[in-house]
Amino acid sequence: MNASEIRKLTFVAAFIVALTSGLAAQEPWTKIPIAPLPAFHPQDPKRIALPNGMVIFLQEDHELPTIDGTARIRGGARSEPAAKVGLTRLYSEVWRTGGTKAETGDQLDDFLEIRAAKVETGANDDSTTISLSCLKDDFNDVFKIFSELLRAPEFREEKLDLAKREAFDGISRRNDEVSDIAHREAIKLAYGPSNPYAHVPEYATISAVTRQDLVDWHHAYVHPNDIIIGFVGDFDSAQMEATLRKAFGDWQKGPAAKAPEIHFEPAKPGYYLIKKEDVNQSNIRMIGLGTTRNNPDYYPIEVFNQVFTGGLASRLMQSLRTAQGLAYSVGGGIGTRFDHPGILQFAMGTKSSTTVESIQGLYAQIDELKTKPITDDEIARAKDSILNAFVFNFDTPDKVLRERMAYEFYGYPADFLERYRAGIEKVTTADVARIIPKYLHKDQLAVLVVGNSSDFDKPISSLGPVKDVDISIPPPPAQTGEAAAPGGKQP
Amino acid sequence: MSRILKAIPVVLVLVALCSAQDLASFEKRVTVKKLPNGLTAVVCQRPDTAPVFSFFTNVDVGSVQDPMGKTGLAHMFEHMAFKGTDTIGTKNYAAEKAALQKVEDAYAAYIHERDKRVGRDEQKLKELQIAWQGAVKEAQQYVIPNQFGEIIERNGGEGMNAFTAEDQTAYFYSFPVNRLELWAYLESARYSHPVFREFYKERNVVIEERRMRTDSNPIGRLLEQFVEEAFAAHPYHRPDIGYISDLNTFSATDAQHFFDTYYIPSNMVVAVVGDVDPTQTMAVIEKYFGTIPSRDKPDERTTTEPPQNSERRVILSEASQPVYLEGYHRPDYRDKDDAVYDALADLLSEGRTSRLYRALVRDKKIASEAEGGAGYPGVKYPHIFYFFALPMPGHKPEEIGDAIHAEIDRLKKEDISDEELKMMKTRAKANLIRGLDSNEGLAQDLAVYQTLYGDWRELFRSVDRIDAVTKADIRRVANQVFVPTNRTVGVIENVPATSGGAQ
Repeated sequence: MNASEIRKLTFVAAFIVALTSGLAAQEPWTKIPIAPLPAFHPQDPKRIALPNGMVIFLQEDHELPTIDGTARIRGGARSEPAAKVGLTRLYSEVWRTGGTKAETGDQLDDFLEIRAAKVETGANDDSTTISLSCLKDDFNDVFKIFSELLRAPEFREEKLDLAKREAFDGISRRNDEVSDIAHREAIKLAYGPSNPYAHVPEYATISAVTRQDLVDWHHAYVHPNDIIIGFVGDFDSAQMEATLRKAFGDWQKGPAAKAPEIHFEPAKPGYYLIKKEDVNQSNIRMIGLGTTRNNPDYYPIEVFNQVFTGGLASRLMQSLRTAQGLAYSVGGGIGTRFDHPGILQFAMGTKSSTTVESIQGLYAQIDELKTKPITDDEIARAKDSILNAFVFNFDTPDKVLRERMAYEFYGYPADFLERYRAGIEKVTTADVARIIPKYLHKDQLAVLVVGNSSDFDKPISSLGPVKDVDISIPPPPAQTGEAAAPGGKQP
Repeated sequence: MSRILKAIPVVLVLVALCSAQDLASFEKRVTVKKLPNGLTAVVCQRPDTAPVFSFFTNVDVGSVQDPMGKTGLAHMFEHMAFKGTDTIGTKNYAAEKAALQKVEDAYAAYIHERDKRVGRDEQKLKELQIAWQGAVKEAQQYVIPNQFGEIIERNGGEGMNAFTAEDQTAYFYSFPVNRLELWAYLESARYSHPVFREFYKERNVVIEERRMRTDSNPIGRLLEQFVEEAFAAHPYHRPDIGYISDLNTFSATDAQHFFDTYYIPSNMVVAVVGDVDPTQTMAVIEKYFGTIPSRDKPDERTTTEPPQNSERRVILSEASQPVYLEGYHRPDYRDKDDAVYDALADLLSEGRTSRLYRALVRDKKIASEAEGGAGYPGVKYPHIFYFFALPMPGHKPEEIGDAIHAEIDRLKKEDISDEELKMMKTRAKANLIRGLDSNEGLAQDLAVYQTLYGDWRELFRSVDRIDAVTKADIRRVANQVFVPTNRTVGVIENVPATSGGAQ
């Protein structure tokens, strides 16, 4: 809720009621000339593969005297043991706050902040990251910290204790906001409760993590052959290459990280209710399994999403928000990810007394895909929206670098963005009509409702069998120690 | 790092200094022009970047200007600005105009009956409501819904959005450069020929927005109560989203009146940043925005908040976990000490070297997040310097208050260190430089500074003001402002939920 967020109209993208053809003559905006967009060939970053397997991308950008860099390392939260969920979160915090052999994290803070520089670490489902950001003149000093942390972090115990306390606080607060609850539980419904992408840290799993676990993780995963590094900013590539070769060239290869085998078991169709008494708006989500971006259906799916949920002029926005005034936020789509299925999700928030009405409204829109099939005009508009905005995928050197690093990480072709444009251009109305019944099955969806059920217009059970989802937080195990979890009175 | 940054609108970001040399080089790329109708245009060229541009229209009106009994109206207009014009979004404007007038007449009759304290005729009320809803339906047949947004989306508009704050209303998106003239047509039409169609349905959308942000969110509920307590007289005490009774009462006619009063060219700054030719861009802006009719400046005087002379407290008992907030009244952004407040906020909050992080999070281990901020809920009028923290499990909000007050006492009694002073000033400079690298961010900064100071160069000069802050300034201002009688405290206390799984 910052200023720009607080009054945001949340738009997703474009469909409009078919215009009558006679109207075109009165549309003055169509008479404004639009010249072809000037040719623009974004500068590709330079790719360097070191003999030890590390891949480096260098993207010069001399507009401002700054340098930014990120190393992404294979292995993330999806690989942590179920008994220690939250391990990578703790690891990625203490990696930075625990300092290097030579200096504590606090000393690093002092050193960096006086230069207005940052070195930070983070964790994702499939990787961990360490990043650097500084003024050009400070690069050598800041890079030294970056490379020392990458190769020899210390994981000081006192910072693990602090990180655990913060994790406990996060657990205690996780049911405070409806959107947090709905987001978390939707992933469980889409992927299955024991799926690693759906894992949630508990007091017990955080308590189980030791300093040795962090050290072991670092040894197991941080090897040059599993690292992709990218730098962007005001530097000379040849000089930067020399610096990186000197810092990392002698680093010995390690075992290649293996992606874990993961099973996706979407929840049974039906209604899933989470009762929350301190709200007057229900958060509704219809959930299923999406697909991956290397699926040839990715392009028609993208166009479908644009038509159905993608913006102010999309079908869901037009019907549920604009025409019916049932919701402020409406959105979703058939989700896609690079290396595992995304989540198919249609979501909206509506007042308690229109909860069932809104569920039926969402269903009606899904039904209308059959009774009012998507038209050529809707497809044309959706494709225009995607293709005319295509330049915003690579309008800064930094974005180009990030795209390339992602393709490298997931083994996608380097020209994936260009293939994307070509793929979208080829999509036809028939393609979209074909993929809808393939991925979107109204009777297969799990419908999640978080809300104040005593104020609903009708009980959810009027729609079908309802499963009450228990989200109460398991209390911490009885234990003592540095960062003992809080007492049993916590919810 | 934090939830509070998300929880509190910060209109005037802490901005940093650069040397005069940087300003000189930047000045060559910025063109400013005040059109004859009073509108100010700022164009910044970034050559050799991608063929795109961003714009930011900043209107010098916010929810502070909401009339009594009509809170939420400034924000409502922001939603209306996506409803189109007399050309866009209509099948037949002449017929639609007449139909919309009937809606207003029917609504006025309905509200008149509804709000009768004595002698309300329930049967008549029902009929009037049906008549009003019938008129709405009648008008709807002429509407092409969301056509305005659809044109922007179809032409590749990126990041199309708007926001309303206490001090400002802003509209923005990015376009490919070959759509510059189309943009000027669309954006100027929004203010020269707006039509408030689908008003009452959109009011329901806004009510859902209120439910999401405020009613159904514990921190949203706290913030609403907190400003109501902190401000006794100034309009900052009212929620920008609006009270529910006002949202269920004001009309499209009210919105039109609000628009006619405040959406005048002299209240508007339009900034365009990107790979654009300044001369050509300025010519296009003059052609389209120059036609917005000029009107007299409205009287924008408001009550000045009187001095606070006793501590105030707001305590919410909630099923959610505890939150601690406290705030102190401070002067508006034109005060000579404005940069000192920015320096204080930086010193208290920025990064792991900040005073609040080190004391409350790292050392005492009583909070998971802690920070201070210089400008809430706006900056144009005297406002609040706040402190915010999330207590760790097992720690009470009072402990947080005590720890914050201990930090305040340190600021009052001891000079900050040389290192702290240097960190703060260096960060200010670096932040400014980093802010120059995006079309969107730069467009916003230029428009906001031009509006607040009448000169975008203040974005750079704010550097000099921060650079001039001394250790003595910090102590002096802390002693002056952070006193108990000037304090409002807002707390969420946890009480277990009565039933149900969601605690």
